[in-house]
Amino acid sequence: MITAEQKPIQEIIQYIAPYSKILLVGCNECVTVCAAGGRKEVGLLASALHLNHLKQGKNIDIREITLERQCDPEYVEELAPYIDGVDAVVSMACGCGVQTIAARFKKTPVFPAVNTRFMGASVSQGVWSERCKGCGDCVLGITGGICPVARCSKHLFNGPCGGTSNGQCEVSPDIDCAWRLIWERLKELGMESRYEELMEAKDWRPGGAGGPGTIIREDLA
Amino acid sequence: MKTDSRLEKVLASGELAVTSECGPPRGCRPEKVTEKAALLKDHVDGINVTDNQTAMVRMSSCTAGILIKQMGLDPILQMVSRDRNRLAMQSEILGAYSFGINTMLCLSGDHAKFGDHPMAQGVFDIDSVQMIKMVQQMRDKGLFQGGAKIDGPPKMFIGAAANPFADPFELRVMRLAKKVKAGVDFIQTQCIFNLDKFEEWMKGVVDRGLDEQVHILAGITPMKSVGMARYMKNKVPGMDIPDDVIKRLEGVPKEQQPEEGIKMAVEAIERLKQVKGVHGFHIMAIEWEEKVPQIVEKAGLYPRPKV
Repeated sequence: MITAEQKPIQEIIQYIAPYSKILLVGCNECVTVCAAGGRKEVGLLASALHLNHLKQGKNIDIREITLERQCDPEYVEELAPYIDGVDAVVSMACGCGVQTIAARFKKTPVFPAVNTRFMGASVSQGVWSERCKGCGDCVLGITGGICPVARCSKHLFNGPCGGTSNGQCEVSPDIDCAWRLIWERLKELGMESRYEELMEAKDWRPGGAGGPGTIIREDLA
Repeated sequence: MKTDSRLEKVLASGELAVTSECGPPRGCRPEKVTEKAALLKDHVDGINVTDNQTAMVRMSSCTAGILIKQMGLDPILQMVSRDRNRLAMQSEILGAYSFGINTMLCLSGDHAKFGDHPMAQGVFDIDSVQMIKMVQQMRDKGLFQGGAKIDGPPKMFIGAAANPFADPFELRVMRLAKKVKAGVDFIQTQCIFNLDKFEEWMKGVVDRGLDEQVHILAGITPMKSVGMARYMKNKVPGMDIPDDVIKRLEGVPKEQQPEEGIKMAVEAIERLKQVKGVHGFHIMAIEWEEKVPQIVEKAGLYPRPKV
């Protein structure tokens, strides 16, 4: 999923300071799962903003809506009946959701309430870790199902650097050395010899170096 | 001979090679480069010029290397994949070689986290193994990494690093094998303090016949003090400092610790000379370059061969 974390409340307050009627929009997908911008977080943020305005003796009108999927114009269309009645939109979706709203409603400013972090997986209750960089040319088939692009701090393709210490990354003892994990996994699978195959210099175009990516499926378009 | 590198000639002659290093200054003080290089000049076959070492901004390794080359000495251009993409690397190599720099070292580089710009984006377009292959292709096929022909290819003698002490140990010989496969000519190892472990690694290297394919220069660093030893043990990634080293330095008064450190370095060289596959020494006297001649002389590696 795409993970996100709520922005500092003061930053959100600054964004909406000039406005009194706000449409606060959550998303039922990834940000709900990582507890950053689902229905529950929309309610909590609305309460916090109300409280802040009360303290300052100001009025604010917040309409709360959580869409099924903010990155999909079909669902964003559900905001149309409300948009003329508000001064600004605050989105609690990832950057994709914010931009889908901005593209649909040209005259209403939209502000992000979360920082989009990474594509990750749930490791344990309340813990998410980065797992994919979207490099566009997946190498997991040759690296034992562990990604060196996302999980090695230097995204090395041919083994661990000299900084590995007690099996952990030189950047932090809290980060597993991806190549230690790859090696252990290849050993478990009896595929050690695969380690010595040279991985060629990567073509970064599919992952963004070629400019912003677009997928067109002729059969669906 | 693949190149005009003095280091290649010394290694080919069968003599033990000696290299050392010079960290460029953190400012526009070219005299600091030439002063350091002058300290080393008669006692080494090549001077590594570090590339933004520990991710701190310094005068570029190519520029400092040119200053050293202009003294009639032999710089070894270090290049890290952290700060440059493949375009910038190749253009730098063309520039360096145009000034007569014919030896280089391909590295990943310390993570930016350790330096004075921890907020910087690391490049890591290609890794050190891929860099070796790129430089070899530039030299032997006259082709850029992208496949186009080079008008006047650079003939670099290609080095890389190896750390026999980092985890997982069992992978470390294989990692070297990969660098050999990519086309590396010589290796400079991480500073060796755990000699037993280094010898175990070298046995793995020799068992696979890699010593026939690559020249290994053993990394030697003299300890200035017990404080330095403790710092390296606890703070420097991938460093293996056995307790014996610390104890030995603790056992002598503070003012005698530098001398003891040098003695230990010389003893390490003497012992490692006997190890099959060790073809020379890379002496990294950190901010202590003036002691390199003494170490080289005491270790019986002086005078350097004329090649």
